[in-house]
Amino acid sequence: MTWLTCVAVGVLASLSAALLRVWHGPGRADRMMGAQLAGTSGVAVLVVLAPLEGWAALDVALILALFGALAAVGFVKAVSADGGGDPEEDEDLAATPSANGVSSE
Amino acid sequence: MTLVLDLTLCALILAVALATVLGGGVFRAIVFFIVYGLLLSVAWVRLDAVDVALAEAAIGAGLTGVLFLSAFGKLSRIGAEAEPPAAGIRALLPAALACAGLTGALAWAWFALPVPERPAPDLATALPRAGIENPVTAVLLNFRAWDTLLESIVLLAALIGVWMLARDEDWHDRFGLPQHVRPGGVMANFGRLLPPVGVLVGVYLVYVGADRPGGAFQGGTVLAAVGLVAALAGLLRPPRVTQIVWRMGLVAGPLVFLIAGIVGAILGAGFLTLPEPIAGSAIFVIEIALVASIAVTLAFLVIGPPEQGHRE
Amino acid sequence: MNDLATYAFTSIGLFFFVAGSVGFLRFPDVFSRLHALTKADNLGLGFIALGIAFQAESWRLVALLFLIWGLMLLAAGTMSQLIARDALRERDGR
Repeated sequence: MTWLTCVAVGVLASLSAALLRVWHGPGRADRMMGAQLAGTSGVAVLVVLAPLEGWAALDVALILALFGALAAVGFVKAVSADGGGDPEEDEDLAATPSANGVSSE
Repeated sequence: MTLVLDLTLCALILAVALATVLGGGVFRAIVFFIVYGLLLSVAWVRLDAVDVALAEAAIGAGLTGVLFLSAFGKLSRIGAEAEPPAAGIRALLPAALACAGLTGALAWAWFALPVPERPAPDLATALPRAGIENPVTAVLLNFRAWDTLLESIVLLAALIGVWMLARDEDWHDRFGLPQHVRPGGVMANFGRLLPPVGVLVGVYLVYVGADRPGGAFQGGTVLAAVGLVAALAGLLRPPRVTQIVWRMGLVAGPLVFLIAGIVGAILGAGFLTLPEPIAGSAIFVIEIALVASIAVTLAFLVIGPPEQGHRE
Repeated sequence: MNDLATYAFTSIGLFFFVAGSVGFLRFPDVFSRLHALTKADNLGLGFIALGIAFQAESWRLVALLFLIWGLMLLAAGTMSQLIARDALRERDGR
């Protein structure tokens, strides 16, 4: 079906427009969201191509979907105060300044 | 229309690669590199190389992104994330010329090669004797077993290189930084939900690798990334260098591979040549051991050497 | 009949992808862009998966398609919570 190829091209075109946001930013969060959008688009392209390329393409899409949030998790970890934190936990600590004992559990 | 798809994909990959190299800013380069990995795995599917696409997806989307981002975090914390002064055109010219030369040489090599027959006639006649149906796995674990054995040893050597960065007083600590999250928060729940599905997917990839795309390397990479998720969510504490079980996991793959090679020599087929009657079961045993080693090695590579303060 | 369903659902999916990208480019701040990204794109992916499910040769593939979609929803939900909190922290200078 030629139509499915057209859909794949359309998704890739919309992805390339979104990459302008990764280039311009301005914030780190904007750039990271661009990577997430690329992940969703990549999964969509693989799903669309699966009937044409062979259904094994779905296995690749499955792996991309499985680790779709891993980069974002790595990102919030990396920019936390000690490199191993969590923005939610930081909020708890900011709300109760007396509780400064960070547990490693 | 297929041509339009391929051209769009190629243009996008080239643009993202250029943005990675030329765009100022470490963080921007990292994000573009993650996008680059995603696009490459789509391209490998288009090239009908699903085995490679699976590995690229697990490494590009799963492991290297986290590795680079944690390096970026480390640079920020020691105040070294600032850009070096922009290199002038004179400094860039030799690099650009070298890259153009390499690209030209590769293009020449590509066009000089004869168009291969698919499947290759030698492979087609040899495949029934390989003990496995997936031609990629047959080449990796049987016909070119040397390459795969040495690759698994290279991974181990890389890990030892990373461990050499540890300071003496940290040697008995756990790997990487201590991870902590809000109990019951988003990250903790993600780390609890994903691993069961991820382990299933990893085992599935090893299992289907016998007759369809997949195999030890792809499955092992997925399992490594799953372990990384659990470690980042604080649910799985990384072990220590001194724990003998994990060291055995690291060497299991190369060791079992070598033993299988020696058995092949004793049975008269030659070193690292699997005799036909036992090829199927030998490949099965080698794959299980390789999966364990690849998963543990890659996870330890990304988590990094033992670090100060990770004692409990 | 199946082909018609594929045409219809993949068109809707593509529309949501384009809408997501436009929102991601045009919305004024991080938090509204997160809406465009997580909602529009994942709705688009759901419609595309639904459209392709009409081409699937077995129920295993249909289940796989929806497992992929479910995992992507989990990823988007996790990612948006974490990124939004980090962006809040960056905005408040904490």
